[in-house]
Amino acid sequence: MTAGSVVIAGPPSGNVLEVSDLQVGISTRRGLVRAVDGVSLEVPRGEAVGLVGESGSGKSMTLKAILGVLPPEARISAGQIVLDGVDLVPLPTSALNRIRGPKLAMIFQEPMSALNPVMRVGWQIAEGPRVHLGYSRSKAAERAVELMRRVGIPDPERRFRAYPHEFSGGMRQRVMIAIALSCDPEVILCDEPTTALDVTIQDQILRLLARLCRESGVSLLFVTHDLPVVAQLCQSVAVMYGGQIVERGAVEQVFAQPCHPYTLGLLRSAPDVEQVRASLVPIPGSPPSLISPPSGCRFHPRCGFAEMDCTEQMPELRLLPAGRSTRCLHYERCLEPLTAEGAAR
Amino acid sequence: MTFVIRRLVLLIPVAIGVTIIVFFMIHLIPGDPARTILGIHATPKAIAILHQEWGLNRPLAGQYWLFLDRLLHGNLGTSLFYGTSAASLIAGRLAPTIWLIVYAAVLAIAVSVPLAMIAASRKDGIRDQLVRAVPLFGLGMPPFWVGLLLQYGLALSLHAFPVTGYGTGVFGHLHSMFLPSLTVAIGLSPVVIRSLRASMLNVLGADYITTARSKGVPNHRLFFRHVLRNAVIPAVTVLGINIGFLIGSTLIVENVFAIPGIGSLMIQSIFDRDFPVVQGVTLVFGIMVVLVNLLTDVTYASLDPRVRFDR
Amino acid sequence: MSAASLVTVAPERAQARKAGWYRQPALLAGLILLAVILFMVIAAPLLTSYNPISQDLNATLSGPSAHHLLGTDQLGRDTWSRLLYGGRVDLQVAFIAVLFPFVLGTVLGSVAGYFGGWVDLIIMRVVDIVVAFPFYVLIIALVFVLGPGERSIYIAITVVGWVSYARIIRGEILVAKRQEYVLAAQSGGLSNLRIMGRHLLPNVITQAIIYAMSDIVQDILAIVTLSYLGLGIQPPTPDWGSMIANGQNFLTTHWQLTTLPGLAVVVTGLALSLIGDGLADLLRPGQS
Repeated sequence: MTAGSVVIAGPPSGNVLEVSDLQVGISTRRGLVRAVDGVSLEVPRGEAVGLVGESGSGKSMTLKAILGVLPPEARISAGQIVLDGVDLVPLPTSALNRIRGPKLAMIFQEPMSALNPVMRVGWQIAEGPRVHLGYSRSKAAERAVELMRRVGIPDPERRFRAYPHEFSGGMRQRVMIAIALSCDPEVILCDEPTTALDVTIQDQILRLLARLCRESGVSLLFVTHDLPVVAQLCQSVAVMYGGQIVERGAVEQVFAQPCHPYTLGLLRSAPDVEQVRASLVPIPGSPPSLISPPSGCRFHPRCGFAEMDCTEQMPELRLLPAGRSTRCLHYERCLEPLTAEGAAR
Repeated sequence: MTFVIRRLVLLIPVAIGVTIIVFFMIHLIPGDPARTILGIHATPKAIAILHQEWGLNRPLAGQYWLFLDRLLHGNLGTSLFYGTSAASLIAGRLAPTIWLIVYAAVLAIAVSVPLAMIAASRKDGIRDQLVRAVPLFGLGMPPFWVGLLLQYGLALSLHAFPVTGYGTGVFGHLHSMFLPSLTVAIGLSPVVIRSLRASMLNVLGADYITTARSKGVPNHRLFFRHVLRNAVIPAVTVLGINIGFLIGSTLIVENVFAIPGIGSLMIQSIFDRDFPVVQGVTLVFGIMVVLVNLLTDVTYASLDPRVRFDR
Repeated sequence: MSAASLVTVAPERAQARKAGWYRQPALLAGLILLAVILFMVIAAPLLTSYNPISQDLNATLSGPSAHHLLGTDQLGRDTWSRLLYGGRVDLQVAFIAVLFPFVLGTVLGSVAGYFGGWVDLIIMRVVDIVVAFPFYVLIIALVFVLGPGERSIYIAITVVGWVSYARIIRGEILVAKRQEYVLAAQSGGLSNLRIMGRHLLPNVITQAIIYAMSDIVQDILAIVTLSYLGLGIQPPTPDWGSMIANGQNFLTTHWQLTTLPGLAVVVTGLALSLIGDGLADLLRPGQS
């Protein structure tokens, strides 16, 4: 890794964030865990991109790697993360700190533990503008109140002085969103922000995020294991399994016609309000070990369509028509059960 | 404010209990307490006077009542050695002890916080191991021995500090009291370092620190406004718990450094068999600890907003 | 749904390669050191030919020599043998002295924790009152009142020391008694005593044992301090505290008279602390 920022020259693309071949390794006593193994993503300006997968698939690690807040034993071993033409990977912490806030922000899953318990909420929101935009105390406080209003926190002038534990879960998440917005970032990374919330609150927060996305043109990279959430909020989606992306494409297409058995399995194991399914089919087996993953395709031990060639070589992520990609060698077979199901209805 | 009042009310039974124990000290003495206390001065007349003063011929409850009554009027008895009121004797020597306690607490914090920081910043690194070794040695060091060594090293040999005494004026106090306060601080530090380190590690691993990092908060601000602010809270509790030890070690350290505080007064009175003074000093120490615990609770509440709103 | 994730490893759980050597060998090192110390004080007659009490006024304040390994004090008593025999006395008293508060505190703590209610309230109030006094103040006051000597030391330490055990055990029992195996025992009709003794106690006692290690160190310090003040082990019985007191007048000329006994205390304290830490790590792995 070379010091100093690396500027990637090229025509201005519609992508505000591009991740190429990202690899994150965690050194543990049992060996090197390949948490993220060659992940590539694009986040176009003004769009919300979903990143789905089970726990342990590496999606949270990907987000943390982008922001540079990996835990101490994890390290980016390869790849590029290009934000607005600048590669973040070789940057030292001081340079990264200048990017965090004004360009890149993150929302976390558990708002209670993600907010400083001894600091008033308003000042936590105001901290970003004070540090990055040089606002005075009063100006930053004004901005914080304005942000609180924007995210739908009632009576913001009074609640400015409140502490996190005085808020409900949904309200705390709104505080987190206000913090993320405070310096007008270009991309907001969302790490399962609605998982810990009630379903009704979940819906409110998602609508809020969608509205903010539209109004200010900020892009979202939204990590979740919850498919309906992605359907509601995102335009495109990437599916992760075993530290790798296994499928990518526009949301409607991927959900209507998945091109990977794992995506198919996810769809079939999740309840869907719109289509009444005959039965929920869970995916058999358990996630792969990331220290010594299965040979060839990582999903093959659990795949109903697996063939000999699936065990030999690691399949590449191949481009398909209409801007989709898949890692499955036999993706056509995914279409069969769905058509059968459609016919049965 | 109601918080403070509530805490005060809870402390009353403890304060009463303290007086009961101090009261009972007389009755732990085998045989006739008056005779034993007076020792060689035990003339029948002297014994009778003490019996009268302490009401030893009354039933136990009555004696306690008398004791409590005199206590509330600020009367701690008469010193058998000096003949003056024990209370005035104690009051006159209170200042050096309080100096010692405060100075030692400040030094202990000044030593422990940086060491804990160094240890917590890189867990399990060399510096962390070294800092963790400090309590292993520190806990086994007798305070008076440490005091003697410091006397030898810094006072007698290097003449950097006076060997004994309290000094005059604020700067005199700061100079003379440095070694004794350092001695007490060395005794206290192992425990404080341990708990500060643990709470710092806890805080460093917390989610809200990740949030702050993701906001791009620079390191120094991160440390002071986020890490330290949260890490001191459990440390205050630990300091409060060990304040009893801090106050107690003034007893021996005052003796070693000949500081005219109530600790050395107590030791002296023990050898003079001046029972009322011993009793009085014990009581004062007990009340001191109770008050400091109250102070700790209040400090804790002012630091941690979550505590104030429950109950 | 899915198995535990290997990916999100909390920072404090992950062991870097450098860690680890501190933890396991601590217990071992402590035990070896303690064994050496115990051997030395028990085998004192084998290691020195001098009587620690006998004075030799011809050889006062001598430095280390072939005759006297560590020199003599102002009454010609051999320092090395006083260290060894003094250690016998101090360690013996300390190890015995730790038992009484341990037992008393464990019993009272169990009762308070298990039965709760009034019993708990009263016991905890007493604990609060005892704790309100600084440790040394109460000990010294008690020894004063009871008269100096070994017996007073035992009584004073017991009266003051039981509270820590009571608190620890009570805390553990409050948690443990909600466990399923206790409910099972209760529904099996076992008597309270049996439940407390056979089922709860063996599980909660480990914390008390770990604490006991540091308590022994505290007791050694208390004994040594009392003896330094002249209130503890009475002369002519040798002991480290009175040795330090003895040597302080000769601090500038013969510093070893004061330094060595203190070092003995520190080393013993080190051994016991290592054992305590090692035990704590052993019995509670993976909890920071």
